[in-house]
Amino acid sequence: MRRIFYAIALCLGTVMAAQAQELQAILQTHADEIAKPSRKTVDVALEDLIASGLPRVPGFLEAWVGKSVWQRDDGQFFIGSADGDQIALRDVDTGAESVADKSAFKQLKPNGGVRRVIGTALVQFQLSDDNLERRTTAVASIARRPAADQLAPLLASIDGEPDPVLKTRKIQLANFLSARFADSPEERITAINSLAKDTSVEARSVLNQILQTRAGVATSEPDGNLARLLDPMQAPDAFYSQLVEAGFAPARTGPAVIRAALEANITEGRVGGVPLAQLSTDTARERAYAALAREGLAAPLVTTQTRDHALGEYLFYELYDEPNAEITAAAEAALASVEQRVAFAQAADLALDGLSLASIYFLAAIGLAITFGVMGVINMAHGEFIMMGAYTGYVVQTFIPDYTVSILVALPLAFAITFGAGVTMERLVIRHLYHRPLETLLATFGISIALQQLAKNIFGTQARPLTSPDWLDGAWVISDVIAISYIRIAIFVLALIFLALILFVLKRTRLGLEVRAVTQNPGMAASMGINPDRINMLTFGLGSGIAGIAGVAIGLYAKVTSEMGADYIVQSFMTVVVGGVGNVWGTLAGASMIGFLQKGIEWLNPSNTLAAQTYMILFIILFIQFRPKGIVALKGRAAAD
Amino acid sequence: MRKSFLSENPSVLWFIAALGLFTLVITLLSEATGAGLISTSFVKTLGKTLCLCLIAIAMDVVWGYCGILSLGHFAFFGIGGYAIGMWLMYARTEGIVLESLSGQTIPPTPQEISDAIGNQIFGVVGSSEFPLIWAFADSLFLQLLMVVLVPGLLALVFGWLAFRSRVTGVYLSILTQAMTLALSLYLFQNDSGLRGNNGLSGLQNIPGFEGTPQSTIAIVFFLISATALGAGYVFFAWIVSGKMGSVIKGIRDNEARVRFLGYHVESYKLFVFTITAVISGIAGALYYPQAGIINPGEIAPIASIYLAVWVAIGGRGRLYGAVIGAAFVSLLSSWFTGGGAPDINLGFYIIQWTDWWLVLLGLSFVAVTLLFPKGIGGLFDYLVRKQP
Amino acid sequence: MSMLLEVSGVSVSFDGFRAINNLSINFAPAELRAIIGPNGAGKTTFMDIVTGKTKPDEGHVIWGDRNISLLGLSESQIAMEGIGRKFQKPTVFEDQTVRQNLAMALKNPRGPFAVLTHKKTARNAARIEAIAAEIGLLDSLTRPAGELSHGQKQWLEIGMLLAQDPRLLLVDEPAAGMTVEEREKTTDILRRAAETRAVVVVEHDMEFVRRLNCKVTVLHEGSVLAEGSLDHVTANQQVIDVYLGRSHA
Repeated sequence: MRRIFYAIALCLGTVMAAQAQELQAILQTHADEIAKPSRKTVDVALEDLIASGLPRVPGFLEAWVGKSVWQRDDGQFFIGSADGDQIALRDVDTGAESVADKSAFKQLKPNGGVRRVIGTALVQFQLSDDNLERRTTAVASIARRPAADQLAPLLASIDGEPDPVLKTRKIQLANFLSARFADSPEERITAINSLAKDTSVEARSVLNQILQTRAGVATSEPDGNLARLLDPMQAPDAFYSQLVEAGFAPARTGPAVIRAALEANITEGRVGGVPLAQLSTDTARERAYAALAREGLAAPLVTTQTRDHALGEYLFYELYDEPNAEITAAAEAALASVEQRVAFAQAADLALDGLSLASIYFLAAIGLAITFGVMGVINMAHGEFIMMGAYTGYVVQTFIPDYTVSILVALPLAFAITFGAGVTMERLVIRHLYHRPLETLLATFGISIALQQLAKNIFGTQARPLTSPDWLDGAWVISDVIAISYIRIAIFVLALIFLALILFVLKRTRLGLEVRAVTQNPGMAASMGINPDRINMLTFGLGSGIAGIAGVAIGLYAKVTSEMGADYIVQSFMTVVVGGVGNVWGTLAGASMIGFLQKGIEWLNPSNTLAAQTYMILFIILFIQFRPKGIVALKGRAAAD
Repeated sequence: MRKSFLSENPSVLWFIAALGLFTLVITLLSEATGAGLISTSFVKTLGKTLCLCLIAIAMDVVWGYCGILSLGHFAFFGIGGYAIGMWLMYARTEGIVLESLSGQTIPPTPQEISDAIGNQIFGVVGSSEFPLIWAFADSLFLQLLMVVLVPGLLALVFGWLAFRSRVTGVYLSILTQAMTLALSLYLFQNDSGLRGNNGLSGLQNIPGFEGTPQSTIAIVFFLISATALGAGYVFFAWIVSGKMGSVIKGIRDNEARVRFLGYHVESYKLFVFTITAVISGIAGALYYPQAGIINPGEIAPIASIYLAVWVAIGGRGRLYGAVIGAAFVSLLSSWFTGGGAPDINLGFYIIQWTDWWLVLLGLSFVAVTLLFPKGIGGLFDYLVRKQP
Repeated sequence: MSMLLEVSGVSVSFDGFRAINNLSINFAPAELRAIIGPNGAGKTTFMDIVTGKTKPDEGHVIWGDRNISLLGLSESQIAMEGIGRKFQKPTVFEDQTVRQNLAMALKNPRGPFAVLTHKKTARNAARIEAIAAEIGLLDSLTRPAGELSHGQKQWLEIGMLLAQDPRLLLVDEPAAGMTVEEREKTTDILRRAAETRAVVVVEHDMEFVRRLNCKVTVLHEGSVLAEGSLDHVTANQQVIDVYLGRSHA
């Protein structure tokens, strides 16, 4: 095959006099191979065709692959397409069109293997095709199935590539191919070294391909490029079974084998002289088995000592498929450097994940930070306000099919509904329970279970979808390792907006001033003409309304169920408590700490998010021991009460 | 001492008398004695209710008397259940395994038996090896010790950490809730060694009593539960009636004042927290053999909150209030959710109580907190004061 | 004369505000002392430091014959060392009877297990009755403390302090909200108590302080401004400027 490409490289370099030759003539020379091609014979025909350098060769090859080449009774080839009994023909050389009766023609149907061979040959032409899309497809097909013979045509096509993006891609791909298939070791090592900075999955797979090994076992050190020697005692049983497979040792006599052998050799209530009743320990069974083995009734016992002895006799090794040690050494070095970069990138990715989790916790907890942190009211139904917000989003979507519009409607509506619910709850229940925090906890818990069950009765137990608009689908891919979905970015932005909004309301508006006044000294505030009742009501409404908006955001990212609020409530309280009560910045700090830490723990133990949550909570419990007032603690007499 | 304590607290005698009478009536009417007027399943329900009453009085002592709203006592209850459940499941599986292995020509080795039991128990979570925490599962005595020790030690460590850093009030409630959540999340894992979300099952079959009918087992557990409730009641009444009661009520009402009187408040809280945790564990160990199955869902934070709800509805700060609350709400709850309550047809909508009971419970809880902070027990006070 | 309590060079600040500023003050084993000063002078913070509620940033608090430092001790340990404190607002256990309140305060082992196995003795009962007689609540022993009048609650709290048998009593505004007769009775109780121990009274009310007829320490901005008899300090021009001047204004 490789010869073909040398020929192509040649023909692309020099415009040959072969133009005089006609395509049909070449075809006729190889008429048999073309009419009935096989993977073995087709090479010869392709070689000549490509060597001819005729401009119509690519067109013919494409037609051939596409099963549109027909052979006339007299052996002449045409490109044609059947139309009923007629057939529209095109001359392979002149392109002259004609119509003829179909009965005189036979369609060429090369099999899959042949088509692949032709296709590979075609790639050359496609790489330099005028059509950008075709060139892109050709490059992609090489990337999918890299092979040694594609290197030369790919290299040849780089200089003439007009599209800068595709050119870069071609150079990169050529580099990958060189690393694996270039002729001289120097070229390969240069290419491999240049991969040391590439963290893409492709580059890593190239290096891994070069570093492919096969395991083996022998009595002495094997010839070839040795990757490493293995210590069989790391996993003695696995290595021993390798010995058994290689035919170097007899199979291990496991408990099941011993048992079967004993059962097969019972004579008069005894096995190997040992009474059956005594065979309830492993040592007794081994003794009986050894007796059987001595009599030749069973294979010799392979004990642990036998196994270890056998393992000591042999060398277990891995050999590189690549024979050149310099190349593998370069690849190992490159891979190590790549993996280090990948680790950094993964850390960055983890940080992004942590950031987005922190945003979610922040959104879920910020409303609580206002009601619990600022007013000191513990609201166990906060999670249900989040759920109400999410269901509002769902209901809005059933009425407004356009997702963008529906989200824009749902956000303020969710705020309005949960604001109303919060104000109602404050008026009816919480107002009567100020300064009785434990009672507030239980009463709001009662509301929480009632609301949860109510949602279940209305919407059923199955999860409801809250679909995000198209422009929020997909992810922002920074590299093969670092990616973050747009929805998470949106949640992060939303969290930032809320942080700014709440800081603004609390620090820059009249309402915020009054809220802080009532929080610090309700009596004094009242005497200054502030109505604490109204302020409490509004503050509680605000906190609840924000929960509603958080509900829409969380609903977009997770499923909407009646229990979704309960999933967040404990974490939300943790966020507020860990951050430090009564402080928006504290909530931010708490959310960040919990978000990052949870992602960190998940990374250490990736298979198990439940365990991550468990350890997270344990950590928080311990954390509160050492900083009972949270990260951002208020000091002094105000904090002592 | 005991004599003077009981004579000073006649209500304890009344309670014991009422409990004894109730137990006697139920026993006589049960299937076990042949009367059969009360079904075995109802006897089990009543037996379970007695266990819930026991943990409710523990909750009342820690919350109603000492002011610590613990949302973690149901976790201790669950731990007690798991501890006894491990023995029940191990011993019963061992019996089954030994029987099935006895048919073989060669007697099994201890390893084979252990493998087979492990396979039976942990097959559902794709494992067959015994985790370390099952080390004592073959000994009833040691597992009974675990019923007391594990909740006790957990409460001791957790309480020591929390109380020494002066975490109080709502913060402590949230912290205990977090502890409960962590425990239930841990148990939900398949590699927790306790069969993940499958939990432990078949606990109603008591090893060694395979031939005994369930009706008899039910009544025996009912009687044990009643005895435990009686003993627990007397024990807690003794604790809260003396000077100890004075101090812990003082802590509830004004922690700082008690501290300035020279009492080491943290030790008292720790004592109350731990002792009630131990009793909760015992209650759980009696409850789950009657329930037959325990899984991590039982321990979820919500269960502990329900416990607080019972005590609040029954009336905090009085032991009989907790008993009334737990019995009343849990029986009512099983009546409503079990389909016992008739549906109400409003014409345009049919209220099915299986769906609406929780709404009713939630709202009635709000109502009790707002309107009757002393709960049902407060009603008694009102009646007693009216009489003379 | 060796001192019962020596506070020297103590400072504490909250968020930059210096509540106590290099305060030094001493008390003899048996004396009656009044501490006066305008709002924010650091009176309550001073008591918080002595009783262990607040830890100072610097300085020493040395106690008793064995000269131990109070700074490393917890509130309950300090109380067991013999320092009793009465809060500004009467804090008695309203759900419990007067007898139970006094019994809880009575000097006895304070550990949970000692309390659990505590037995009622005739000696304790006699002590309780003696204290009840002292504070004039002998007839109310079985009444819940919540039913008492404001003045009676103040006395009960002083009684609880006496029951602790402390060597130093810190009393915060005992006369607040009392009638004239009640004040007189309070003065008597405090003066009798001061015969065998140190009693420190923090008070706003000049009339009450005058009636106590004892050494007076004036605090201002967290440190001692003047010390001596009431007449002596009221003659001090600085005191008149910062405190009396203002109160008469």
